Amino acid sequence: MSDNDSDLENTPEERQPPHRVIGTPPPVRGLLTEPGPGEGDGGGIGPYGPGGPGAPELRELPADPPNPVSARNWERVAAALFLISLLASCGFVAAYVALELHDRGDVVDAALRSNLALGSAMSLAFLAVAVGMVIWVRSIMPPVELTEERHPLASAPEDRAAFAETFVEGAEASQITKRPLLRRTLIAATVPVALAPLVLLRDLGPLPGTTLRHTAWKKGTRLLVYATNRPITPADFGSEGGMITVVPEGYQDNDEELAKSTAIIIKMAPGQLEAPTNLNWTVDNIVAYSKICTHVGCPAALYEQTTHRILCPCHQSTFDATKGAQVIFGPAPRPLPQLPITTNAQGYLVAQSDFHEPVGPSFWERG
Amino acid sequence: MRWITARRRRPLFGYAAVLLALVAVGMLYAAVTGLGGSASAGSGSSAPLITQGKNLFAVSCASCHGAYAQGTERAPSLIGAGAAAVDFQLSTGRMPLKEANAEAPRKPPVYTQEEIDAIAAYVASLGGGPAIPGDQQASTVGADTGLGQSLFNANCAQCHNYAGAGGALTDGKYAPPLTQATNRQIYEAMLTGPEAMPVFNDSTLTPADKRDIIAYVTQTRAEANPGGFSLGRIGPTTEGLIAWLGGIGALVLAAMWITAKRREERTGEITDNR
Amino acid sequence: MSTSNGRLTIPKTLAKQGAELDDRFRAAKGLRTLLRKVFPDHWTFLLGEIALYSFIILILTGIFLTLFFNPSMTEVVYHGSYTKLNGVRMSEAYQSTLRISFDVRGGLLMRQIHHWAADVFLAAIICHLLRIFFTGAYRKPRETNWIIGVTMFALGILEGFLGYSMPDDLLSGTGVRIAEGVLLGIPVVGTYLSFFLFGGQFPGTDFVVRFYIIHVLLIPGLLLALISAHLFLMVHQKHTQMPGKGRTDGNVVGQPMYPYFMVKTGAFFFFVFGVLALLATFAQINPIWQVGPYTPTAISAGSQPDFYMGFLEGALRMFPSWTWDIGGHTIAWNVFVPALVVPGIIFTALGLWPFLERWATGDHAYHHVNDRPRNAPTRTAFGMAGVTIYGILWLEGANDIVAVHLQIPLYLTTEIARWAVFIGPVIVFWATRRICLGLQRRDAQMLTHGVETGIISQLPNGAFVEAERPLTEDEAAVLIAKPPAALPAARAVDENGVPEPALRGVRGRLQARVHEYFAEGISLAPPANGHGNGHGDGHAAIEGDGERATVGGGPAEVADGRTGEGGE
Repeated sequence: MSDNDSDLENTPEERQPPHRVIGTPPPVRGLLTEPGPGEGDGGGIGPYGPGGPGAPELRELPADPPNPVSARNWERVAAALFLISLLASCGFVAAYVALELHDRGDVVDAALRSNLALGSAMSLAFLAVAVGMVIWVRSIMPPVELTEERHPLASAPEDRAAFAETFVEGAEASQITKRPLLRRTLIAATVPVALAPLVLLRDLGPLPGTTLRHTAWKKGTRLLVYATNRPITPADFGSEGGMITVVPEGYQDNDEELAKSTAIIIKMAPGQLEAPTNLNWTVDNIVAYSKICTHVGCPAALYEQTTHRILCPCHQSTFDATKGAQVIFGPAPRPLPQLPITTNAQGYLVAQSDFHEPVGPSFWERG
Repeated sequence: MRWITARRRRPLFGYAAVLLALVAVGMLYAAVTGLGGSASAGSGSSAPLITQGKNLFAVSCASCHGAYAQGTERAPSLIGAGAAAVDFQLSTGRMPLKEANAEAPRKPPVYTQEEIDAIAAYVASLGGGPAIPGDQQASTVGADTGLGQSLFNANCAQCHNYAGAGGALTDGKYAPPLTQATNRQIYEAMLTGPEAMPVFNDSTLTPADKRDIIAYVTQTRAEANPGGFSLGRIGPTTEGLIAWLGGIGALVLAAMWITAKRREERTGEITDNR
Repeated sequence: MSTSNGRLTIPKTLAKQGAELDDRFRAAKGLRTLLRKVFPDHWTFLLGEIALYSFIILILTGIFLTLFFNPSMTEVVYHGSYTKLNGVRMSEAYQSTLRISFDVRGGLLMRQIHHWAADVFLAAIICHLLRIFFTGAYRKPRETNWIIGVTMFALGILEGFLGYSMPDDLLSGTGVRIAEGVLLGIPVVGTYLSFFLFGGQFPGTDFVVRFYIIHVLLIPGLLLALISAHLFLMVHQKHTQMPGKGRTDGNVVGQPMYPYFMVKTGAFFFFVFGVLALLATFAQINPIWQVGPYTPTAISAGSQPDFYMGFLEGALRMFPSWTWDIGGHTIAWNVFVPALVVPGIIFTALGLWPFLERWATGDHAYHHVNDRPRNAPTRTAFGMAGVTIYGILWLEGANDIVAVHLQIPLYLTTEIARWAVFIGPVIVFWATRRICLGLQRRDAQMLTHGVETGIISQLPNGAFVEAERPLTEDEAAVLIAKPPAALPAARAVDENGVPEPALRGVRGRLQARVHEYFAEGISLAPPANGHGNGHGDGHAAIEGDGERATVGGGPAEVADGRTGEGGE
């Protein structure tokens, strides 16, 4: 039966990809077949006809491609690709052995060379074998199209009935349907199993308590420039438009405190700071705000000198530094808390006290 | 001599002659123009320099900054801005401003370094301000790049990105990439806080701190990318783009090839050559 | 191998071993069924394989990384090969990642293959999900597999997030900080969850090792189990197939597992590995040495998570700053709605979709032949609307990069996104539906008129006509394969004019309307004024309004009694 009746294609039948149907029960037993009632995909006699044991050419897949010349040419191509892959794999090993990573000059350049060599060899090895295998399937193996029948997914009614019977019999034998005392106490006994994780995991961490409401800043804590850890005077920080990150003295290496206490100080021009900035908490037009964004806790660090905006780069919450860091755009719900600062006897900038509200993101108990 | 002239008709001789000429011209040019970058501490205050600066100022800058640099509605006052700010703005070509956008972009400088020094001296004479950093300050010899890294990440990366690739600010402004700035220009930018950039004066971030930051920036941008092309050094955005376009794209093409109908299945012909 | 009658036979030693195994496992029949299993061929069926093979590569490269990575947050001062960071305080996790990159041969390559494989894994899952969705392959009997797949999608996203957060660099640490802020924002239990996960305040010293064990043991274990179930179901229920000649709901047409599919899928594994290796060679990913170690005092401009978390990042950026302070408590809508409620809605909607569609179409039949997306216009429209919402959220996640590179003011990007996420899907829904119906009209036209060949000729009377060729059987088979609607006409009434019970009441009437809307389509039948090729009168096939397209033996069968159109 020709597969294609189109006017444009008038090819003789033997040039079409052979079409076999699997799944119809065989009329006769053959070398390759297994008889079986209801076996959807057993059996399968091809159009080469029925046969018994010893009958020639009983098969579903053709043995050879239709065009041996082109298959041989493609075989050469695939073989060459497999050889290239082999050579590339050897190259990988050679590159691994030969290219050291340190003791010669710049470590970054060495890493670049090694990565390039190892990676190119590996890529070539894999891709060559991949292309070769595809050529093998597409151009060397004979073309074939098979049909397999689907058997119905639903079980036969008698199987379902048998299952139901077995299930019911077992339930009856277990007595669990007839003995509510047994059943209910058993269920009660298993409930704690579900709750066990909740109990066992309690010690994952301490309870939050009021930890999030306070930071390390106290009266008299000096402001240190982060990373250089130097204290700073208002005269030092005297250029208008200046901004720097500061941390509380004594906590400069304590990441948990830094995640709450880090602040920025900004030097404004006279008259720029206005309400709701608390001017009693400023020194010489220097104002200090928490650097921890009130949205989800990224450092709100971008300061635009010309617009006085503090911009958090994570989600673009923007705070006006002249007006108490109130929110002018973005998802942050509250202004950045202002750190009250003053100078100490030596003239260094110090905190007057802790922040007057919890810093950072909102949490349930914040209020 | 005869060794050369005997071979003058050979084809390779032509190439050799051209090469020799190029080398000679190059050496001559290098001797005449000197090394790139200025070596002068340009806040010299000699009177001729200031006068030259004043004349140049009147031609290019006064139209926006006012005849006495007092500022107009178009541009701020430069009294007290200092020589460093002038050197930065003019040597990066941001000034003279071509058009009033959200931000002045870097472009090829209009003035020679000598002229820039003159204008800087003039502006400095009007009201002081930060001086142009000297060679010592702009050098990165002996820098601690580890400290530079911490300082850069804490104070600079939030605008300029961790590798100095630049970033967005509000209202169309942006923090430019740090790929082209010279050591001196980086110093001056920190010192003077151009446009929206905050000011990091020398008593907040000392010259040693600045040297560390400059060393970190220059070393980072000069560093090779051992993993391949850098994809812009802006992080997972471009990485995701390449994963989709490059990774999935290539694999979809491979999948299409693997499952494509063989030619004889499509057309029904078998030919000997493919 | 030796031959007899010109055929190969299995060599004696192999046959003997096979017999020994079969003695113990009774494998012959089952193995043979497996070897002859037919796999249908379409390139979109390989998208799931990209995900599968990426997963295998993730495991292989991941094992390599576990041999060198130190999941410890103990602070050290670096003095290693990468001298630029000498003297910098960092965690041992970060230090060991530097060591893998610069001191272990092949380490950087493995790290990069691992990370690229993670990105490609999730991108492939998304492509595969979209293919399943738009072809309706999640319908009965494959709803369970769909749910398994959506679960794996969610697990994959979490796995990736945990993975790239382990090196404790500035970029990923910022992501962990954001996750902590999100946890804090959960009402009632937020602070407890955060303190339990981090072992106290952020950052603490615990989260890297906890992420590590979830990332290398718990989730891979779950994924392996789910992948096995996913593949088993696919083999047991057999793969779907694209419509075409000879392909019905009762068969599978394609090539056998052995040797064809085995070799093809093996080749594709090497393709995936090769492409990932190519990416790892030429495209740098996650250069943690440039980014620097994490410190809560620092942040980089252009901080984005990996792309598959981008939609959450975008949701966080565009959501307004709504919080309620009530009775001493704060409800942070601005945080937990975009970060938790939005993905909750997306994944729940995805998981429930097969059942929603079943309610909407009344179609409870088995489906083993895929739909062409145009033949299910309402489903395709919903899908595209979902893609639009996801895409806008994703794009907004990179809005600062977009702002600086496309020179759009920063706030404007967010404001546009806030409107677009609502208006965009509506427009896309409507447009997609009209486009699908238009494509159906074109299909109907092709069935009756044939395919335009582009060859124009002039008739003696001066008119120009385009030559058309009739469709081949293969082409026609694809066009005809529109499934019949399973439901009778929506306003079905019995002979006394009483509506069907299931369609009564508010819910019933709603369901009837929804059925109608979902079933709208273009009939494939030619119009009433029957004709052949080359007629001059322009016309369109009749638009569906209660009509149903049919599957039939030929293009002209219509089973609709309303207009009395004749078939041929």
